[in-house]
Amino acid sequence: MPEGRTGSQLDRNRNSLLVLAPRRIAGTALSLVLTFAGLTAVTFAIARVMPADPVLAIVGDRAHQDVYDAVYRELGLDQPIFVQYLRYLGQLFEGDLGVSIMTAQPVLHDLLRFFPATLELATVATLLGVLVGVPLGVLAAVRQGRWLDHLIRTVGLFGYSVPVFWLGMLALFVLYAKLGWVAGPGRIDIFFDGMVEPVTGLILVDSALAREWEIFRNALGHLVLPAGILGIHSLAYLARMTRHFMLEQLGQEYILAARVKGVPERTVIWRHAFRNVLVQLITIVGLTYASLLEGSVLTETVFAWPGIGQYITSSLFNNDMNAVLGGTIVVGVCFVGINMGSDLLYRLVDPRAR
Amino acid sequence: MSAVRAWLLVDVPRSRWQARCQRFFLAWLAFRQNAGAVAGLVIIAALVAVALLAPWIAGSTGVAPDLGNRLQPPGPVFWFGTDELGRDIFDRIVWGSRITLYIVGLVTLIVVPIGLAVGVVAGYVGGWLDSTLMRLTDVFLAFPRLILALAFVAALGPGLENAVLAIALTAWSPYARIARAEALTLRHSDFIVAARSQGIPHHRVLAGHVAPMCMSSVIVRLTLDMAGIILTAAGLGFLGLGAQPPTPEWGAMIALGRDYLLDQWWVPAFPGLAILVVSLGFNLLGDGLRDVLDPKSRS
Amino acid sequence: MSRVVRLVAAMWCVVALGLVRAAAAPPDDIFVMAKDVGDVITLDPAEVFEFTAGEIVANVYDRLMMFEPEHPGQIAGGVAESYAISDDGRTIVFRIRDGLRFHSGNPVRPEDVEFSLERVVKLNRTPAFIVTQFGWNADNVEDLIQVVDARHLRIEVTEGLSPGLVLNALSAGVASVVDRELVLAHAADGDLGHAWLKTHSAGSGAFRLGKWKANEYIALEANPHYPHGAPAMRRVFLQHVPEPSAQRLLLERGDVDMARNLTPDQIEALAGHDDLAVDSYPKGAIVYLAANAAHPVLGNSTVVQALRHAIDYQGMADSFLAGQFAVHQAFWPAGLWAGDASTPYELDIKKARSLLEDAGLEPFDVRIDTLTSSPFPQIAQSLQATFAQAGIHSRIVMQDGRTLWPRYRARKHELIIARWSPDYMDPHSNADAFARNPDNRPEAGLAGVLAWRNAWASEDINAMTIEARDTRDLDAREQMYLELQRRLQTEGPYAIMFQQIDQVVRRRHVKGFVSGVNFDHVYYRMVTK
Repeated sequence: MPEGRTGSQLDRNRNSLLVLAPRRIAGTALSLVLTFAGLTAVTFAIARVMPADPVLAIVGDRAHQDVYDAVYRELGLDQPIFVQYLRYLGQLFEGDLGVSIMTAQPVLHDLLRFFPATLELATVATLLGVLVGVPLGVLAAVRQGRWLDHLIRTVGLFGYSVPVFWLGMLALFVLYAKLGWVAGPGRIDIFFDGMVEPVTGLILVDSALAREWEIFRNALGHLVLPAGILGIHSLAYLARMTRHFMLEQLGQEYILAARVKGVPERTVIWRHAFRNVLVQLITIVGLTYASLLEGSVLTETVFAWPGIGQYITSSLFNNDMNAVLGGTIVVGVCFVGINMGSDLLYRLVDPRAR
Repeated sequence: MSAVRAWLLVDVPRSRWQARCQRFFLAWLAFRQNAGAVAGLVIIAALVAVALLAPWIAGSTGVAPDLGNRLQPPGPVFWFGTDELGRDIFDRIVWGSRITLYIVGLVTLIVVPIGLAVGVVAGYVGGWLDSTLMRLTDVFLAFPRLILALAFVAALGPGLENAVLAIALTAWSPYARIARAEALTLRHSDFIVAARSQGIPHHRVLAGHVAPMCMSSVIVRLTLDMAGIILTAAGLGFLGLGAQPPTPEWGAMIALGRDYLLDQWWVPAFPGLAILVVSLGFNLLGDGLRDVLDPKSRS
Repeated sequence: MSRVVRLVAAMWCVVALGLVRAAAAPPDDIFVMAKDVGDVITLDPAEVFEFTAGEIVANVYDRLMMFEPEHPGQIAGGVAESYAISDDGRTIVFRIRDGLRFHSGNPVRPEDVEFSLERVVKLNRTPAFIVTQFGWNADNVEDLIQVVDARHLRIEVTEGLSPGLVLNALSAGVASVVDRELVLAHAADGDLGHAWLKTHSAGSGAFRLGKWKANEYIALEANPHYPHGAPAMRRVFLQHVPEPSAQRLLLERGDVDMARNLTPDQIEALAGHDDLAVDSYPKGAIVYLAANAAHPVLGNSTVVQALRHAIDYQGMADSFLAGQFAVHQAFWPAGLWAGDASTPYELDIKKARSLLEDAGLEPFDVRIDTLTSSPFPQIAQSLQATFAQAGIHSRIVMQDGRTLWPRYRARKHELIIARWSPDYMDPHSNADAFARNPDNRPEAGLAGVLAWRNAWASEDINAMTIEARDTRDLDAREQMYLELQRRLQTEGPYAIMFQQIDQVVRRRHVKGFVSGVNFDHVYYRMVTK
C-alpha cells in the first residue's frame, strides 16, 4: 500500500465501486455492443476491399462464367453489402455463424475445434511467461547491476530479438529430429485422434478427465515445444517489463521509508513494491495473453498446429467471410473480455486509478 | 572544451537554453555509463552506416541470379554464401539494411504520435472522451492484427510502403492503452495538480508533463516491438503483399529461404542473424534511453 | 527468494515431464503421408477440382472408365465392364460390372451411374463442363442417359465428338459412381445430397472416407470387400503438414511413411539416406508464361517470339527445378499419346534482341504476375534477369492464387507465369483451353479458356481444334494434335516452359504407391509396409 493512504479511504473506494456497479454494467454492455458492431462492420468492409474472390475459392480458376454466376448468387453476393450485413447480423442473433467455404463445415463447428487448440497453446505459454518471467524480472530488479541482473537481461533480450519462426524450426531440428526428446509437428499422433471424448476441446484436459494418461503424455510431448517457443517470447517480455516496473517502485520514497523502519526486505519487495507493480503488470499480461489467443500463424505453421491463426489467415486468403467473421468475433471476445477483466482487476488492486 | 564542459555542468543555469543543454549533456553522461546502451547505439549507427555506404560495401546489386553459383557455402569469395538463385547473401543483407531502416523509421513516425496522443488524452481527460477513444482503441486491439494489416494493404495496393503503412496503422493501439494506463495514474498526482494550479493550460500540461512521463513505457514497448515489426513486414512480403522479389528484404529472405534451413543453413540463418542483431541493437538502445529519459527510475 | 526458486523449479518439472517423448512410428497396417492438404475444400466428386481432393476421390470412388494402378497408362473399364459404340459414334451402351457393391452394402446398378452423371450436370459445378461438352444440359440429360436394363446403360452425345474423347472424359472424377440411395437419403432442399457429400463419401472404391478434419488430416478406411482384394493398409492418413522442412523431419524420424511436398534441394540432400527412397512420376502439369495480346506491345507476336528466346529453360531445369520439372514446350505433356517432346527453344539473347529490333521496338517495361508458392518466385526472377539482358525491363508481383486468378480471368495481367494440369486424359482437354477461343470479345466472358484470357484468337486454329476433336481415326487425330501444338509454339501467346515430375520420398520398406500422369491418378490400394 502506498504511504499516506488510510484504511477508511480505501473502504470508501471499494464501496463506491459497488454502488456504481449497475451503471457500470449497463455502460459496459453498451460499449461491448458498439465494439462488436464496429468489428463486424469493419470485417464486412474488408470483404469488399479484399482482392481475393470467394466465388473463385469455391469454383476454382477454370470455372466457366455460368458456374461462377450461379455460385455468386448462391453466396448472396449479388445483394447490396448492407443487406448482406443485416442478414448476417440476423443470423448471428440466432446463433448461426454460417458455413465455411474452405472446410464445408458450420463455422461454429470449426471454431469449437480450432480455438481450443490455440487456447491450450496460449495458456501454457502465458503461464510459462508469468510463472518464470515475472519472478525473474523481480529478481533482476532486486539484484540491479549485478551479474544475475545482466544474465537475466541478456537472455531476455535474445529471447525477444530472435525470430520465432526461425527458433521454432531450429528447436524442432535439435530437440525432435536429433535428440528425440519431444514429439514432432501436430497436436497429437494422429492415430490417437478421436480416442478421447472431446469435452472441452483441450486435449490435455480431456485426456486427463478420461484418465488416458498415454494420450495425455503424447499430447504434452507435442505441446511442449510450440508452447515453450511462444513462452520464451512472452517470458522475455514479461521479465523485462517486470524489472522496469519494479525499479520504478524500488526508487520511491515509501520503500526507503519502509526500509528505514526496519521492515524485512522480503516484505518490502513482495508486499510493498510488487503490490504496486501489479497494476501495470496485469495490463501487460492481459495484452500478451490476448495477442497469443489471436493465434500465431507462423508458429502454427511450423508446428502444423491446427489453431485459429491458421484458420483465419487461410480463410482470409480465400475471402471466406463467414469463417473470418466468426474467427474475428471469437478473437474480439477474448480481447475485450481480457481487457475488461484486467481493467476491473486493477481498479480493485489500485485505488489511484479511479 | 573544458569551458564548454564547465558551462554545461554549472550548478545554476543562467538561461533556459543552458538548462536544456545541461539536461541533454547530463543525460548523455548517464547514457555513456550504460555499456549495453552504448553497444545498442553502435549497432544502430553501424546499420545506418552500412545503409548509407551500401554501394561501396556490396560487390554486386544482389538481385541478378547466377544459377552456376547457387547454394555455395560461406567462404572467402561469398562471405555469407549464396542463395537458391546464386546471389551473394552478404550483398543482399547489405542492401537490405536500407529497407529495414525504412520500415523501422516509418513505423515509428506513425505509431508513436498516434498512440501517445490518443492514450494520453483519454487517460487525462477521462469521461466520455475516454470511453469513445478507448472503444475505438478496443476495436483496433480486438481485431486480429494480420487481418487488419491485410485489409489495409488490400485497400492501398501491394508493395513495401503500403505494407509498412498498414502495420503502423494496426500497431498504434497497444501504445494508446499503455499511455492511458500511465496517464490514469498520473492525472491526480501532486505535480500535475501543482502545474494546473499555476494556471498552465491543459494542452500544455498534456504535452509538457503527462506525455513525457509516458514516453519511457512507450519507448520500451517500441524497441521491443521493432523485431516484431520487421518480421510482420516480412510476413506480408511472403504473402505477396509486401516487398516483392528480388528486393533483398531480410524477412522475405528468411521466408523464401526457410526450406533450406536443414541443409543450406546459411540461406535463412544470415538474414535471421541480421534481424537478431538489429533488434538486439534496438532493444539495448531502448533500455539505455529509458534509463536516461525516464525521470521516475533515475536514481 | 526461496519461493521464487521453488516456483521456477516446479515449472521446469512440468516441462521435463513433457520431454519424455511418447510418439511412435505408425503401426504396420496404417499408412501415414505428410502432405500439404490445405487445398481441399470439398469431397463431392461432382464438384472436386483440386489436386488433393481429386486424389481422395480417386481412391474412394470407382469411375465408369478408369486408369487402374496396375496399368496406370491405360484406360480400362471401371464400373463399366465393357461398352459398345454405335456406327455414328454418338451412342455408347455400357455394360455394368456384376457383383459390385458400395461401402453401404447397396449393389452398384445402372441407376446409380445414371444418377451420378445426371447429378453432375444438374449441380453444374466447375468440372461439369467435362460432360456438358457432350451436349448435355439440365433439360435434356434425363433423355440422353437411359437405363436399358438391370445391367446396361445407354448414353447419347449430341455433338460429333470422337468416341475416344468421350471415353477419356468418362474416366475423369465427374464420372465417379455415387450410391444413389445413400446420397438421396441425405439430400436437403433439392441439393441432390451436395452439402452432405462434401464431407462424407458414398462410393465403391478401395477406401471409404473416415474423416476429413480441415487443417489436420484426412483419414481413409479400407474397403475389405473391394473386388481387386482388400487393401493391405487398414487406414490411410494424409496428415496436413504445410512446411516441407517439417515434413522432412517427420519422415527422417519415421513418424510418417511418406513425404509428398519436399523441394528438389531437400531431396538431393536425402539421396544417401539408408532408410529412405525417392520415386519420380512424370505428371501432366505444365508451367507456362502467357502474354496478354490486348497489351499494346505484347500483342505483337514477334515480341512473344523474342520472349521465348529469352528464357533460360535448361539453366532452371538443371538447378532449382532439378528432378521436379523438365523442359517441355508444347501444350500436351510428353510421354502421352499425341504428346510432343520437341524443344525448339533455348536461351538465345542475341536472337531475342534481333527479334525485338525487327519489331521496331524500343526497350520497354512490363509487369510479371505470378504465385507466391515455390518455384514460381524463383522462375520469375530468372526470367526477369534474362529478359533484362534482352532489353526488356520487368517488375515482379507475386500474389496468392485466389488474388491472382481474378486478375487473370479479367484479362488485367501483362505477363503471367502459371500452371495448368489437364482435366482428363485427352489432348482436347488442353487444346480446348490453350488453342480454341470461339469469341474473343471481352464481354464474351470465356474466363475458363486460357486463349480468351490472353485475348488471343485465330479462326484457323479454332477450326483445327474442332476438326481434331471430332476425328475418329486415331492416327489422323494424333497428327492433327501434333501440328496444332507446333503452330501454337510460334503463333500462340504462350511460352510453355516445363512439365512437372512428382517426387515422393518414402521409408524404404513402404512399397506399392502409384502416381499416374494425371493429377488425380494417385492410388493407395497397393501400398504395403
